[in-house]
Amino acid sequence: MAHLTYEESKKSASKIIIILAIITIAEVLFALLGKGYLKEGIEFHPALMGGVMIIMSIVKAYLIIFEFMHMKYEAPGLAKSVLLPTLLLVWGVIAFTWEGSDWFKRRDLIKTKNERPMKDVKVGSVYDSAVTRNIG
Amino acid sequence: MATVETAAHNDTHKDNDGSWEGGSQPFKASYGKLMMWYFLVSDAFTFAGFLIAYGALRFSMPTWPVPDFVFSTTPFNGHGLPLVFVTVMTFILLASSFTMVRAVQEGHEENKRGVVKWMILTIVGGFMFLGCQAWEWNKLIGEEHMSITQNPFGTHTEDGVYLAGDGHYVNEGDTFVAGESYLVHKHDGEWAPLDFKVTSGPDAGMIKSQTLGPKAFGALFFFITGFHGFHVFSGIVIMLIVTINAATGLYIKRKNGYEMIEKVGLYWHFVDLVWVFVFLLFYLL
Repeated sequence: MAHLTYEESKKSASKIIIILAIITIAEVLFALLGKGYLKEGIEFHPALMGGVMIIMSIVKAYLIIFEFMHMKYEAPGLAKSVLLPTLLLVWGVIAFTWEGSDWFKRRDLIKTKNERPMKDVKVGSVYDSAVTRNIG
Repeated sequence: MATVETAAHNDTHKDNDGSWEGGSQPFKASYGKLMMWYFLVSDAFTFAGFLIAYGALRFSMPTWPVPDFVFSTTPFNGHGLPLVFVTVMTFILLASSFTMVRAVQEGHEENKRGVVKWMILTIVGGFMFLGCQAWEWNKLIGEEHMSITQNPFGTHTEDGVYLAGDGHYVNEGDTFVAGESYLVHKHDGEWAPLDFKVTSGPDAGMIKSQTLGPKAFGALFFFITGFHGFHVFSGIVIMLIVTINAATGLYIKRKNGYEMIEKVGLYWHFVDLVWVFVFLLFYLL
């Protein structure tokens, strides 16, 4: 705050809110366009849609934290102690979406196993332990 | 001797003057502001836990309700306007973030009238957002019968043709393709799924009935947007308190550029920040 005069900071706030509004509109239009609502026959690959919208959201998050919350003007140590721990979340997102896809792949296996009549289950048999291991 | 005494006296004076007990402020921030930042870090992890659970469960399901179908109603135009209402909600929250920035700026200028004016606008924005959310929840719970254990929004996994209509949006003979969403209606308190004939895949020719969608959707939606809404509500309460304090002149005496407004502002921007990601995961993707 101390680095800007009152007039400058007023102007900068208006500028940032307009950028945030534009990004939000772009996100919504991109989502609708990519799913074929705006123009027939156009459909983007889900990975492309996801990637572009995640990047736009991160830009929005950056603007809110650094401009609106004035992280830009805080001591570097404060910024690091707040922002670096959130890097753990990158691991969290990757690990758990990975895990989720794995549950998806194993649903059929679990279903088959659950529907197997009890008399067919030989406790301790090679087949049974192999299946158990697969399900984890 | 005299110089040492003066220095000691100055140090004591400095301690009472806002720096922490150690004599100088860590990170050049006041205790309250730094702790607000660390509270927000912990809160970010709580929200991230919820959102990551959403991601993991969504990835584990064969189908997931399409948000453009689930959230396509507005209070004014009825059905068929995907994402319009939630975009309005997003804009309300963004606008209230902007008015909060302005309140903080007026605080730095020690302008009481400006602070109170912009704080009131921010509170109005918060109430408007909560009102929109209440409308959305009411619609989902009251009219569409979504709950934390039941989710009437399903997705077709095969092409087909309906053998019956629901009297609203689906008529007998309507066709659909795999990936299209539907809403199972309730009649007299009972689910009334429609029958359809499959026209694609190995089951072509079979007659099937609509099934309810993944129930995790309802639970995740209500818990995550509810937790966010609860943050908005607490934010409004805290803002009301500091606005009254500011209006009665309490912060003028502190002569610290209305720092309390700045701390509440950090919290309010954080609520906006979380909404960016709730909006992304629930509505856009």
